[in-house]
Amino acid sequence: MYKSLFFSSGFHIGIIFLSIFTLPFIAKKPIDVPPLISVELIQISDVTNIPYAPKAKKIIEKVKKEKEKLLSEQAPPKKIKKDNIKKINLDKKKENIKELTPKKTPTPENKKEKVKKEKLDAIPMPNQKKEKLQIEEEKKQNPSKKIDKDKKLKKIIESKKPNTQENKVKQVSEFEKKELFDPNNIAALIDKSKEDLGETNKKTDKITQSQDASMNISTLTLGEEDALKAQIFGCWSIPLGLPYNENLLVRIKLKLKPDGTLLKSEIIDHARMNMPGQGFYKVLAESALRAIRLCQPLKVPTSGYERWKDLQLNFDAREMLGG
Amino acid sequence: MKKLKLLTIIILFFIIKTSNSYSLIEVDITRGNLNPLPVAVSPLFQDNKSKNEFTKELDLEDLGLEISRVIENNLKQSGLFNPLSKDAFLQKPDIAHLKPRFEDWALIKAQALITGKVSLDNQKLKVEFRLWDVLAGREMLALAFTTVPNNWRRVGHIITDKVYERLTGEKGYFDTRIIYVSEEGPKTQRIKKLAIMDQDGFNNKYLTLGNELVLTPRFNPTNQMITYLSYFRNLPRVYLLDIETGIQEVVGDFPGMTFAPRFSPDGKKIIMSFAKDGNSDIYTMDLENRIVEQITKHPSIDTSPSYSPDGKYITFNSDRSGYQQIYVMKSNGSNVKRISFGNGIYGTPVWSPRGDLIAFTKLHKGKFYIGVMRTDGKGERLLTENFYQEAPSWSPNGRVLIFYRETKTNKKGEGFSAKLWSIDLTGYNERLVETKTDASDPSWSSLLSN
Repeated sequence: MYKSLFFSSGFHIGIIFLSIFTLPFIAKKPIDVPPLISVELIQISDVTNIPYAPKAKKIIEKVKKEKEKLLSEQAPPKKIKKDNIKKINLDKKKENIKELTPKKTPTPENKKEKVKKEKLDAIPMPNQKKEKLQIEEEKKQNPSKKIDKDKKLKKIIESKKPNTQENKVKQVSEFEKKELFDPNNIAALIDKSKEDLGETNKKTDKITQSQDASMNISTLTLGEEDALKAQIFGCWSIPLGLPYNENLLVRIKLKLKPDGTLLKSEIIDHARMNMPGQGFYKVLAESALRAIRLCQPLKVPTSGYERWKDLQLNFDAREMLGG
Repeated sequence: MKKLKLLTIIILFFIIKTSNSYSLIEVDITRGNLNPLPVAVSPLFQDNKSKNEFTKELDLEDLGLEISRVIENNLKQSGLFNPLSKDAFLQKPDIAHLKPRFEDWALIKAQALITGKVSLDNQKLKVEFRLWDVLAGREMLALAFTTVPNNWRRVGHIITDKVYERLTGEKGYFDTRIIYVSEEGPKTQRIKKLAIMDQDGFNNKYLTLGNELVLTPRFNPTNQMITYLSYFRNLPRVYLLDIETGIQEVVGDFPGMTFAPRFSPDGKKIIMSFAKDGNSDIYTMDLENRIVEQITKHPSIDTSPSYSPDGKYITFNSDRSGYQQIYVMKSNGSNVKRISFGNGIYGTPVWSPRGDLIAFTKLHKGKFYIGVMRTDGKGERLLTENFYQEAPSWSPNGRVLIFYRETKTNKKGEGFSAKLWSIDLTGYNERLVETKTDASDPSWSSLLSN
């Protein structure tokens, strides 16, 4: 009697443990979460690369104060072409980002470090609210811990100085505007209620693409997609004899290696290739396959292999043939 | 039993855990390059014995190399392919034909490879060829032909057609001929002869002696017959000529001038214009029973008729609206609709063998254009512009147009020339078609190997 009870409870406990450690919604975040501050974010905002991190708020305040001083002390900044400014800033940012968030391969060893990192820099997720709040408070109370990093960030923001006040206002996001123009609100934001935090996190996630693994964001960023497209555009010799008014969409599923080389390619509608009267489809499919093979290794993101290891390319030549 | 259930549950958990939680990323590729496809045409291999025989019979040192050059030239002229220089080839023809080293061919940027073998079999030329996909590392096509040795150029054309069809999805147009009017002498006293040649300008032959003026020769789409306009005793009449037998005859017994003849798609009828008392209408004549039928009845000049590929419609030009424009009607003459509404004068409409487009000549502000429009008149595209050019004729696959272009003369009347040109539907691949003399009024045959 006791024996069977013992075994039963043992198994049940085992199952509970297994479910805790194995079920996807309880599981820990994937290791290969993209870096906290992506390059795309920088390109879009064009003012600062960390508008959503709490520490940025302090810096923004500092910068504002310093700027007021500088405006009164210094001569007006030289006019530099906007593009040049962008490039310079981006480069600087990239360097800084590298320094701040050293790149780590998604190995189990790095897992803990990554999680820690996220806790430090990322905006807290709904399920981490309490911990995050504590950390933020700590940061506020002990800013000296972050002096080094803050200095670097300060440099980044300082590098924006040639931009006019107007430009800055135009280019910042709504979220930033609130921070910039309503300094009193910063404190309120830090101490805001749970609901507010949840909402903010959602917004932030949309912008930074993948802060939360539970979201399972399975798209490429605009930059990543553009890079891949541009590469394949160059490799794809479109058979010019094809009719433009027929349904000639070729969908190819790819399995890629981490370096972007092809592991496996599969035409989704493969049966159509051998059907009578589908000569044009076959030609288009073959040309698409040639393009992929010619292009490899494909220009895929350097991180997030799990995200893009399976990829589907939809080749549609109608636009080109019809024009 | 319980243990088994537990085990199943545990395994299920692990499956759920290990399964990919990311959905598939899709990327739409809607643009590509229009660069010609790099193709390597390896010289066709031949053994020493065959080589000696061919050298004796054809006076050619390397027949395999010559055939590969024919293929190369055809592919280059199409504008869709870029044949790579043979100097860059790393593999010998005999081994390449058996088993190409794809890495070597990929190294020189070839995406497709053509290899082959030439041999003498019972005094007949046997040619086999293979088309390889270099990047996929597999064979795409393999065929063999047997013919008389003198026919070696045609073999090259047939191979090109097969390669073209396999790589583009549409029929080729290389094993074809072009009939045209050969012109010689000063502009005021031109000697015009009917001439025929392969589409690449080789094997040129004259069909008439040049005693009478000849114009507008047109191929029968089904066999080796042509119809043309000839001024015999100063009376312009439509004639029919069998190229193989050389027999010539007048088409119909019309009491006036007949001109602008063209065959129906089945080759059984001739459609033409007949002018009488200053009025010109469109007529057809059945070649079997010689029955003549009037198609248009209008007090205007209706001319240059051309059938749609299914034979159900006819396009022609008419000045019934005041200016010469293009019209489409049913093959019985009903339901006449004007389709050209642009600025200028439109003429010589020709229905594409594909059926989707109508090619035309347009005169606007003193310049001549060759263009295409859809059969409802929409989507007009002007492909080429020049001082004087007209008479477009479609390649059998409906992808290329051939026409003739005349150059301006100087004040002394010198410098005049008329040459054949071809242009594809993109409007970019415009090429001079080499002829021995000046040339005009070209007409493209259908595929000979059909």
